[in-house]
Amino acid sequence: MTTTKNEIDFLLHLADNALIIGHRNSEWCGHGPILEQDIAITNIALDYIGQARNLYQHTAELINQQTDKIELTQTGKVISLPVTEDSLAYLRDVVEFKNLLITEIPNGDWAHTTLRLFLLSQFQMELFTQLLKHEDPQVAAIAEKSIKEINYHVKWSQDWVLRLGDGTEESKRRMQQAIDTIWAYTGELFIQPDYARDACLNYAAIETTWNKKVAAIFEEADLEIPAKTFIQKGGATGMHTEHLGYILAEMQYLQRAYPNSEW
Amino acid sequence: MSFQIHKLYYGDYGESKNGAADISTQQTNKAEWPLWEVFIRSKQGLDHKHVGSLHAADAAMAIENARDVYTRRMEGVSIWVVESKHIHASNPDEAEALFDPANDKAYRHPTFYDLPDEVKYM
Repeated sequence: MTTTKNEIDFLLHLADNALIIGHRNSEWCGHGPILEQDIAITNIALDYIGQARNLYQHTAELINQQTDKIELTQTGKVISLPVTEDSLAYLRDVVEFKNLLITEIPNGDWAHTTLRLFLLSQFQMELFTQLLKHEDPQVAAIAEKSIKEINYHVKWSQDWVLRLGDGTEESKRRMQQAIDTIWAYTGELFIQPDYARDACLNYAAIETTWNKKVAAIFEEADLEIPAKTFIQKGGATGMHTEHLGYILAEMQYLQRAYPNSEW
Repeated sequence: MSFQIHKLYYGDYGESKNGAADISTQQTNKAEWPLWEVFIRSKQGLDHKHVGSLHAADAAMAIENARDVYTRRMEGVSIWVVESKHIHASNPDEAEALFDPANDKAYRHPTFYDLPDEVKYM
């Protein structure tokens, strides 16, 4: 079986999204507003790390099957074969990460964190539903497993958008502020990356459904969608905000400083 | 000076002034969420069993919290929650009067019947 570079890049894009949002959510561990919610968001972080692992493992397998070497890095560095899930997560640099910008922006307060998760998981719900029909049965299987988790992420985060939006004056102010800050990062969700062109995905349909569902929740919570704003984009092609570097520094430090260490 | 000693066990929610309920479910702080009792039915079980308690703003959140706190290791297939203040409990002080009289009534146990072999699962 031959796998194209586009297919590899698309899988890395999905895996990087899961890894980075998982890392962001895990930053709440021990800092949640209440014990029960601390556990909830840490569970969600673990769901995402699990999805990332499934995707990296499969990607590594596909890369190792290639007879022609695939250029993984834009910086000319070569990751030694065989590639593993760990080398994909820990040995690629900022410009090689293909995650959406919305996954890497800082957590902010509880409103920012839950709103970001709501907007992202609503998008993933639609994307992964389309991936159920992916020609690679392994990708379809990962999508099927992930959708159950994403379903819960949508429900959980949506409840918080409603609670805070429809809560006190202060909670509403914070949720609206979160929307105004994060909205600029939602446009990138619907820009189909070039490497995703072969995957038979309909991003226009994702955008339509996403808009409808998000608008319905905002209306219920009496929150306002900002007027057209500038779209922040570039994450999917390796152009990131300054924040990703700090995430990778923390995440990759150990493997970089002590290569191949295990614990 | 006399002290009234209330011995409370885990799961006791006495209705007396000094019962556990007065300590744990009375909201001293308006910002604090009420306490809920959680009951989980496991895959093998037919009944919901009390597993513990947690804080939540309302019933929907209590179920979600219970899912995250008490079913992380596949413990259950169904969750019940009830606000702790709605649970009425027997008074631990009356335990002797309530339960000790049953001690010497062995004839109440169904041990004096001969079960036919055809009856299974008894």
